[in-house]
Amino acid sequence: MNVSRRFFITLTGAAAVAWESVLAGSPEEAPNYKLTDHWWAMLIDVDKCIGCGNCVRACSVENNVPEGFFRTWVERYQVDDEHMADPIVDSPNGAINGFPQRPPGTGLTGNGVKEFFVPKLCNHCVDSPCTQVCPVGATFTTPDGVVLVDEKYCLGCRYCVQACPYGCRFIHPEKHVAQKCTLCYHRITKGLTTACCEACPTGSRQLADLKNPKDPIHEFMKKHSVQVLKPQMATGAKAFYANLDGSVR
Amino acid sequence: MNRFKDAGHLVRVVGVFLVGVALFLCVRAWFVPKSFGEYGHYRGDSIKEVAALPIVHAGHETCETCHSDVLEVKKAGKHATVNCEACHGPQAKHAEDPGSVKPVLPDTSVLCARCHEANSAKPKWFPTVATAEHSMGMPCKTCHTPHNPKIGDDAAKGEKK
Repeated sequence: MNVSRRFFITLTGAAAVAWESVLAGSPEEAPNYKLTDHWWAMLIDVDKCIGCGNCVRACSVENNVPEGFFRTWVERYQVDDEHMADPIVDSPNGAINGFPQRPPGTGLTGNGVKEFFVPKLCNHCVDSPCTQVCPVGATFTTPDGVVLVDEKYCLGCRYCVQACPYGCRFIHPEKHVAQKCTLCYHRITKGLTTACCEACPTGSRQLADLKNPKDPIHEFMKKHSVQVLKPQMATGAKAFYANLDGSVR
Repeated sequence: MNRFKDAGHLVRVVGVFLVGVALFLCVRAWFVPKSFGEYGHYRGDSIKEVAALPIVHAGHETCETCHSDVLEVKKAGKHATVNCEACHGPQAKHAEDPGSVKPVLPDTSVLCARCHEANSAKPKWFPTVATAEHSMGMPCKTCHTPHNPKIGDDAAKGEKK
């Protein structure tokens, strides 16, 4: 066969590109799921949280979260009249085993002491600071409003970890890439709810699709006052908190 | 005098420039994945990769297709809104292969206390007990049926404790 040098060089180039796409494969698409039909958020009713840690356990099993790291966690607040600006906050091991009763005589003892639990997770911000600082396009907001990390692209530079005002990101100790709550993207695209919502016994957490007019969140928002964390940062957070105390940061 | 007699230099410069551009485009096509920029400044395929991860919690709808008897008992009691996997743990493997993967029955003396152990930070509406005084280490299911915990409730009758 007579192959010219020019033809050979062109051919090897083309073959290499083709081989690359063979190696990468094309991941399966979820049937009947349209990215543009959804806008995901989460509704958290602080009054319903009992601090059992079911969400933390479910999340860590569902997403294979390394030990000692958390994609969701629960905080216990203790506030009194004098300490609105600096409440006592603890979260023993992310509350993966719940909360032990505070030993008597410890903590705040002033007037109007109140205690409550606050579940935390990625707020899936619309204008997320974490995606804006990524130098390689490894983290992004999907067209359906979920902030994800591309583990194949992430360099592990930690810009996003320090950019997140809510402390929701960490570097995986073995993979050395940024990880965070995916809002159980592998579940919600299949019509299931997130693992934390599935495991929450009191319905304190509810997955919400803001583009679905039948979603109960619209009715809830109409009748209740709902807040986001750190609204002054204008991140467009989509973790909506009902019955949130003003001392929560 | 021929005005264009040295034009060959220019042609060569333009030639080098064009080769440079072509080389850049080739290298770029090689390094930038096909789906990059599909939706924005990231790899579009990575959305599909995250979505393709395996599920671990089956979801209560899946449980209820087989265990509809438990659903009936649960519906009548206070635990109506508590999903199966909140207590029984992740069961996607059991749902896929119910024959060989059998879930372990949780120990009620530990399980129930996770939620119902008294703690001053728990909301006031939520029923709690100090288990040390309330049951003295006995498993809760000695008296309560977990799926419908009210003692003496008719709906729980007949269900195995």
